[in-house]
Amino acid sequence: MMCRADQQPDPQDADADADADRTADAAFAALLEDSAEDLYENAPCGYLSTLMDGTIAKINGTLLDWLGLEREAVVGRKRFTDLLTVGGKLYHETHFAPLLRMQSEISGIALEMKQTGGGRIPVLVSSAVKHGTTGQPLLIRTTVFDARDRRAYEEELLRRREAAEEARRQAEADRARLQEALAVLQQSLLPDTLPPVPGAQTATHYHTASPDRLGGDFYDVFALDGQRFGFFLGDVCGKGPQAAALTSLTRYTLRAAALHDPDPVSALTTLNTVLHERYAGSGDPRYCTAVYGTLEPDPATGQLAVHLAAGGHPPAIVLRADGTADFLPTPGGLLVGILPSAPFTDATTVLGPGDTLLLYTDGLTEARTGQDRAGLYGDEALLAFVTAHAGKPPHAVVQALTGLLDSFGDGLDDDTALLAIGVPASDPQTRDER
Amino acid sequence: MRLERLAGMDIASRNHVTVTGNPQGPTVVLAHGFGCDQNMWRLTVPALVDDYRVVLFDHVGSGRSDASAFSEERYASLDGYARDVVEVCEALELRDAVFVGHSVSAMIGVLAAGLAPERIGALVMVAPSPRYIDDEGYRGGFSAEDIDELLASLEANYLGWSAAMAPVIMGNADRPELGDELRNSFCTTDPDMARVFARTTFLSDSRDDLKGVSVPTLVLECTQDVIAPREVGAFVHQAIPGSALVTLEATGHCPHLSAPEATNQAIVDFLASL
Repeated sequence: MMCRADQQPDPQDADADADADRTADAAFAALLEDSAEDLYENAPCGYLSTLMDGTIAKINGTLLDWLGLEREAVVGRKRFTDLLTVGGKLYHETHFAPLLRMQSEISGIALEMKQTGGGRIPVLVSSAVKHGTTGQPLLIRTTVFDARDRRAYEEELLRRREAAEEARRQAEADRARLQEALAVLQQSLLPDTLPPVPGAQTATHYHTASPDRLGGDFYDVFALDGQRFGFFLGDVCGKGPQAAALTSLTRYTLRAAALHDPDPVSALTTLNTVLHERYAGSGDPRYCTAVYGTLEPDPATGQLAVHLAAGGHPPAIVLRADGTADFLPTPGGLLVGILPSAPFTDATTVLGPGDTLLLYTDGLTEARTGQDRAGLYGDEALLAFVTAHAGKPPHAVVQALTGLLDSFGDGLDDDTALLAIGVPASDPQTRDER
Repeated sequence: MRLERLAGMDIASRNHVTVTGNPQGPTVVLAHGFGCDQNMWRLTVPALVDDYRVVLFDHVGSGRSDASAFSEERYASLDGYARDVVEVCEALELRDAVFVGHSVSAMIGVLAAGLAPERIGALVMVAPSPRYIDDEGYRGGFSAEDIDELLASLEANYLGWSAAMAPVIMGNADRPELGDELRNSFCTTDPDMARVFARTTFLSDSRDDLKGVSVPTLVLECTQDVIAPREVGAFVHQAIPGSALVTLEATGHCPHLSAPEATNQAIVDFLASL
């Protein structure tokens, strides 16, 4: 024998069940609503029906109550637009009516209706056209919802929106002002122009990682006495206003120390003492890395004697006219300002025609490279890069490095300073390359 | 030549120009009024396409015009809209076209015909009004306060007034479901641009421009029109020398939608008389 899992009731039984359900439903409905007319009249929304020209043919008690109108004064006498405020009328004629004609229905339009006594009530209106059997439009059925609460809510939203818009404008203005102030401050930490050094050329570049942040790199070239010039380039720890204050202190301390005693190790030692005194006990220990040195042009030979010292800073590179390049190591120099007394190592070299001394900060060598930005650019890559530019004048070397920095894209997330000092090549052809 | 063609193409997309109908026939340009777009003419176009070349467009800020072309300064006067009409005519190299303008566009047509008489050879003014606000010896139908109320409503009821249509319209990128749901709606308008258009429409006074009309003109008015009452229709008719006035048995401001047969007949008869 088959076993029916999907047992269907006998069709006759089903009919009897449905009849019983209908009877029960009707009795239940009668308990609640004994009249469709009563439901229409006293529904919690306004109902009205109009002829196609807007003449009101039927309106329910709820809407009459809301508007304070008598049925006799409305039916056959007023048009739908007569119930609206002037603004509502205009909107009705320019938007509502044409859309209703084209779409046969329209819903949720916000209008205002006039109340007897001069009040006005915000409403949401939906309308649908009833068509005859041949498709001709017969009448318009409209429901009206009281939207007072909703309108109040919308107005509140609108106010909030305006307040938010104003706050955004203010924030943008503040941001623009701050950026301008930061740019001016940043400029004050870097010289506008470098003084001309007889028999030498200089070139610089400063890359700011973010316009919102004050960078902590610095450089300068300045006259010491009738013959010699001082130069330095460095990097203070941190960013922002504290770093800027440290940069300022470092710059002016180095300048003053160099005038007092131009010896590179002496100048860095003075800087170390000053920074340590200023920051060691402050609970906010700060330090910097720096290369400081002197330049002494020899008018007789056209050569430039370089004497420099460094503390915690990447080694300078010397690019030679013959197309070679190498680091000028200053091993063992400590970070400046960390310890009460710090050893610094000095080094000397002589730049001949076509030679260039390059100073840089570690933003360059620590730029992240590769697809995943996992690798660092590094000292060796830098040396290889600049070797290809050895023999070129300082501005050409800095230009090439600027291109390199740009190529790092978002891999370059730190400030970077470049300072190149060179002796013009004696060969006029090379010099013309500038 | 090449530059002119390019400029023409720009104008066509700026105003979402649509050309239909009989390419050999005389050209009829249909211009929508404030509040809607070229869809308003959907019941008129079928009556014209057999015999006329029909040009439809959206004013900048309405319908599918290029919103990026909107300029509050340009469209603060009807002249800005009229210059657009002339540019559309130039782009299509129209001569002696019949310009059918509804509501405010009826006056825009008058101004355009003044700017480029060789382009526009006749005017049909559907429910026109040269000035909506009452003035001494003139009844426009509205007081200055009424129009202020309309404009205040537009300003204040950003959400209320335009909530039903704004989302369509603004192409809310963050709420794509709104766009999908309402994509088939007509008469899309950017609320900010609509505000400018409303101000320009209802605060302009172009009465003095009517007497300069020198082309054949048909004025169509409705028996019951809140926005352009019959006194205004009579005023326009009297002010334009030699104009014809037809009063349509129609209620409301859009007879081309509410009484399309009568409206179309009046337009077709006028076109045949030219």
